[in-house]
Amino acid sequence: MVNKMITNTAQETELERLFQAKIDTEQKIEPKDWMPDAYRQNLIRQMSQHAHSEVIGMQPEGNWITRAPSLRRKAVLLSKVQDEAGHGLYLYSATETLGISRAEMITALQTGTAKYASIFNYPTQTWGDMGAIGWLVDGAAICNQVSLQRTSYGPYARSMIRICKEESFHQRQGYQIMIELAHGTPAQKEMAQDSLNRFYWPSLMMFGPHDSESAHLARSMKWKIKRETNDDLRQKFINQTVSQINYLGLDHPDKALQWNEERGHYDSSELNWDEFYSVINGNGHCNRQRIQHHVKAHEEGAWVREATAAYNLKKQLKLARDAA
Amino acid sequence: MTIEKLELFEVFVRPKRGLDHKHVGSLHAEGREQALEYARDVYTRRTEGISIWVVKSQDISASQEDDNECFFDPSDDKPYRHATYYPLPKEISTM
Repeated sequence: MVNKMITNTAQETELERLFQAKIDTEQKIEPKDWMPDAYRQNLIRQMSQHAHSEVIGMQPEGNWITRAPSLRRKAVLLSKVQDEAGHGLYLYSATETLGISRAEMITALQTGTAKYASIFNYPTQTWGDMGAIGWLVDGAAICNQVSLQRTSYGPYARSMIRICKEESFHQRQGYQIMIELAHGTPAQKEMAQDSLNRFYWPSLMMFGPHDSESAHLARSMKWKIKRETNDDLRQKFINQTVSQINYLGLDHPDKALQWNEERGHYDSSELNWDEFYSVINGNGHCNRQRIQHHVKAHEEGAWVREATAAYNLKKQLKLARDAA
Repeated sequence: MTIEKLELFEVFVRPKRGLDHKHVGSLHAEGREQALEYARDVYTRRTEGISIWVVKSQDISASQEDDNECFFDPSDDKPYRHATYYPLPKEISTM
């Protein structure tokens, strides 16, 4: 017995060495490969959280579909929200290759054991928020997702490539809303400024806590689940957003923002981390509403799933009858 | 199934880690295991891949070319689904 255990451990060590060697040489890990259990769990956590974010992210924008200012705007917004549903599907399916079921993931979301991006717990108060979300929230998501196209898990990397292709339309349509408002009447410009002020900071928080505070970072980098750190990605986003804000002619929400020649980056204000943790832990404006709505939609959709099952049964019975 | 009439399988090969399996052709076999071995023998003789999928052809549901109009046409009048529909001001370097 003891001998067998030693052999198992030795085997495991060898498997882990081969696994790490694949990762070190930039080879992808595929579903049927051996992988350490912690790698699998880490991916399930990150990928399902990503999938939940896509799905919950439909709510703040769905709020404005019926009130979009023109038919064209309505069609564009509807199309974007449809894309988010599709992205959720890609990611749930990719996560399922790790051996967790869709139902388990949905339950984890609805009972609060799984998280989603905290940005979606902020309310969408004006049409300007549709602009700011597309531009900043999707922009921050793209920054992260472009990096994840090189993640070490094959199905995750491939979903990211698919998603990034579709995502750039999301950011551009948002920025176009901002251009029109910012270059419009004084009231419209004010609306754009207000949306920028409210969504700028939570967008920066989307990259997660500082590297020094991030519980999973070191291991995620070693396993190449993450390819760039939270702080590096956040810096990238801060840098590229400056000229976009300038072009709109709006005031930058960060009064302390300053170009640092030595670093080759913008220095910026510290984020309100108390707010970040408070929203993550369920105390944002909309946390309860988002989950309640998800549960309600899921329950109200039960008859569709039942009808599908009934139809399938009917077809099978007919098949059996015809065969007899 | 007779000797003359083995089952038809479709073969998919993953050329390297990280890439999707790609359809490469089909073959006849008496079952899944044999199909996998045959696929290895005929489709990966020059290290074309590192993983093979075989799927019974009859298990594949395919859309019909004749249905393309109702299947795909609705995308044509939705140019706003493409990023290029939204011109980017030249002052913006990256987005």
